[in-house]
Amino acid sequence: MKLPVRLYARARDLAGADTVQIELEEGATIAMLRSALMEQCPQLQPVGSSLLFAVGTDYAAETQPLNAESQVTCFPPVSGG
Amino acid sequence: MISLTHEEIDYHGLTESVRSDSCGAVLLFLGTVREMTGGRRTVALDYDAFPEMARAKMQELEDEARRRWPVHEVAIVHRLGRLELGDISVALAVSCPHRAECYEAGRWLIDTLKITVPVWKKENWDDGATEWVHPGVEAGTAPPAAEPGTDS
Repeated sequence: MKLPVRLYARARDLAGADTVQIELEEGATIAMLRSALMEQCPQLQPVGSSLLFAVGTDYAAETQPLNAESQVTCFPPVSGG
Repeated sequence: MISLTHEEIDYHGLTESVRSDSCGAVLLFLGTVREMTGGRRTVALDYDAFPEMARAKMQELEDEARRRWPVHEVAIVHRLGRLELGDISVALAVSCPHRAECYEAGRWLIDTLKITVPVWKKENWDDGATEWVHPGVEAGTAPPAAEPGTDS
């Protein structure tokens, strides 16, 4: 499946795009998405291990499985306030 | 009451919105744009958010604060976009019957907001360089733009 991953903040700047399309096996987990993202967007390396993932509006654990409908967002640690 | 705004925050109105005859304590926290950070001078901060999730997480903060403390009312507004020195980036008002629980709830709300709500700030240093603030990540400073003011 091809999953659109929305990016924010420095991740978006490094990728040079709001959204990247990541090729994944059906049922892949967030951990597998992280690896695929690093492989397909090596320019994200400076923030790689710190990237957080959300599905919908909730943080997603590394073990969470994904499907073609998953709305995935990815961003480095937050700094509001 | 939870919101994101690109406008100046009316913190007086926000404070009034949580006041009640049942409460003997009202606490207001303002986060403001500071000039100096680690010896460097800030000109402005650009705030960005994942708005749907930011609102959802702020609402969860309010709900959790209500579970933990006898909170009467909570109001949190986070501002987005370009903020100049001294501008208010976040305002949080909370009311409780007594001050001890009000301080605890207010402190927990702002501390937790800074860790969980997907909002980011980008430093605009006085030498023209810019830098996203991502706690725990090694800084990546972008050099001054060739034509200042043309970046998005």
